[in-house]
Amino acid sequence: MEKRVTFRGWMLPLLLIAPQVVISAVFFFYPAGQAIWQSLFIPDPFGLSSQYVGLGNFDYLLSDPFYRASFLTTAVFSILVTLCSMVPALFLAVIADRLIKGSGVYRTLLIWPYAVAPAVAGVLWLFMFNTRVGVISWYLGTLGYDWNHVLNGSEAMGLVVVASAWGRISYNFLFFFAALQAVPRSVIEAAAIDGARFWRRFWTIVLPLLSPTTFFLLVVNVVYAFFETFGVIHTITAGGPQQSTTILVYKVFSDGFVGQDLGSSSAQSVILLFVVGLLTVIQFKFIEKRVHY
Amino acid sequence: MAREVHGMVEKRGAGLWLTHAFMIIGVLVIFFPIWLAFVASTVTQQDIIQPPMPVMPGDQFWINYKNALFSGVNVPVATMLFNSLVMAIGIAVGKIIISLLSAFAIVYFKFPGKMIFFWMIFLTLMLPVEVRIVPTYEVVAGFGMLNSYSGLIFPLIASATATFLFRQFFLTIPDELAEAARVDGARPMRFFWDIVVPMSRTNVAALFVILFIYGWNQYLWPLLITTDPEMNTIVMGIKQMFPSGDDFAHWPTIMATSILAMIPPVIVVVGMQRLFIRGLVDSEK
Repeated sequence: MEKRVTFRGWMLPLLLIAPQVVISAVFFFYPAGQAIWQSLFIPDPFGLSSQYVGLGNFDYLLSDPFYRASFLTTAVFSILVTLCSMVPALFLAVIADRLIKGSGVYRTLLIWPYAVAPAVAGVLWLFMFNTRVGVISWYLGTLGYDWNHVLNGSEAMGLVVVASAWGRISYNFLFFFAALQAVPRSVIEAAAIDGARFWRRFWTIVLPLLSPTTFFLLVVNVVYAFFETFGVIHTITAGGPQQSTTILVYKVFSDGFVGQDLGSSSAQSVILLFVVGLLTVIQFKFIEKRVHY
Repeated sequence: MAREVHGMVEKRGAGLWLTHAFMIIGVLVIFFPIWLAFVASTVTQQDIIQPPMPVMPGDQFWINYKNALFSGVNVPVATMLFNSLVMAIGIAVGKIIISLLSAFAIVYFKFPGKMIFFWMIFLTLMLPVEVRIVPTYEVVAGFGMLNSYSGLIFPLIASATATFLFRQFFLTIPDELAEAARVDGARPMRFFWDIVVPMSRTNVAALFVILFIYGWNQYLWPLLITTDPEMNTIVMGIKQMFPSGDDFAHWPTIMATSILAMIPPVIVVVGMQRLFIRGLVDSEK
């Protein structure tokens, strides 16, 4: 889309656009280019020179069992985070939508966790499940269950999933609630007069009408789980035990900064770049759908 | 309102109470971690390291918060709060300014290379800072911007979301306004200041709320570039308060810091709820 009316001159617009272009070039395009460039080299251990290896880093990565495991971990993690944040949110939104009065108060309370940074959420959940002082782990202990996410990989995964999904419930709730409010009342009325009970109406009318919102949220929650949960994982498990919670973004960090393996870290960045591109395309497609619905 | 009719079709007596009950349980479950953190910030270390800890607040509120704010563990939490504030406001204001300007240029002018710049900006939508951390770190280090506010702020404003938002909005401003301005001989920047900026007020405010929270809640980037505790932001500083060895972490201080870290964004979100929800919906469109 273009404006019919435009102003003349080209010096001024170039000047106006310059700050954004310069910042994007210096802090975005140059580093992204560097990542692609470095992914083709292996630096020597002293960082004095580096050797061109073509796609060697990629070959090595894709045959590396740890990297493959990290892909699987990321998939499991994002699916679980998406489910654990969307199902409770939908449930709460459906209940809030039934209320004529008071839903505003609940909404105000429910959006709190969205404001809590993932890293802080991580600390809160770590505190509850801490093996020595955690309240929940202590009560689990009295019930005979020995909670130890420091040693047990699935417990660690469960904990980072819940801590990541927690703040996301608020976000999803807001979108589901808005979508529910937009469902035409007349349709619900008609079904109610025909004798359809609440849950029947929900499954046959409301849920299909929510599908654009649901698809949209599916995509943005996966993107969130991929890229914005670093803080949760770093505070709770630091990728452990035995890399069982090392998602792809965490591995870029741990190989690049902790392991100082720049070639491999850059190659991972490039692979993630493709993943982001793919997710963005999917996101735009679904958002298109949402608009046309 | 149509919603009122809804009530008439179905009887809602016990059902209504049940609905409220479910809602209250939901809110309590969601709130539990925050409540527990608050309780932990008001009791002594002794109360916590002998589990189970109490579930009602103790009387150490002032002592713990004073200790956290003015002594902290590595650095007083007040310092970290200040750093976070500078970073969050810097990111929000910086991104809004550069985006308003470049969106204005893209929408209201025809100039050589316009489409190239447009796509250049568009591409930055796709790559979060987490993906390009190593090279971005090298750039920032090369400029000597480690442990500085500009190092914290600039790499995080290199993204196009806000530009797109403003572009979409500018396209809805009636052409007649620009026409009239041109007929009156108004300079483009005059039109920008007198018409475009005032009309964008709500969008700017909504975006500010979203960007403030985005900036405040950053973790990985400040973790990498602030090696000097004096420059730590509060969200990344909490993790630094944990001892590295087998020692007990000082939980009351850590939990007081966690509560302090969530207060500013919570105030922004709850206090500006309408703008926040609008910004959320806008920026995802």
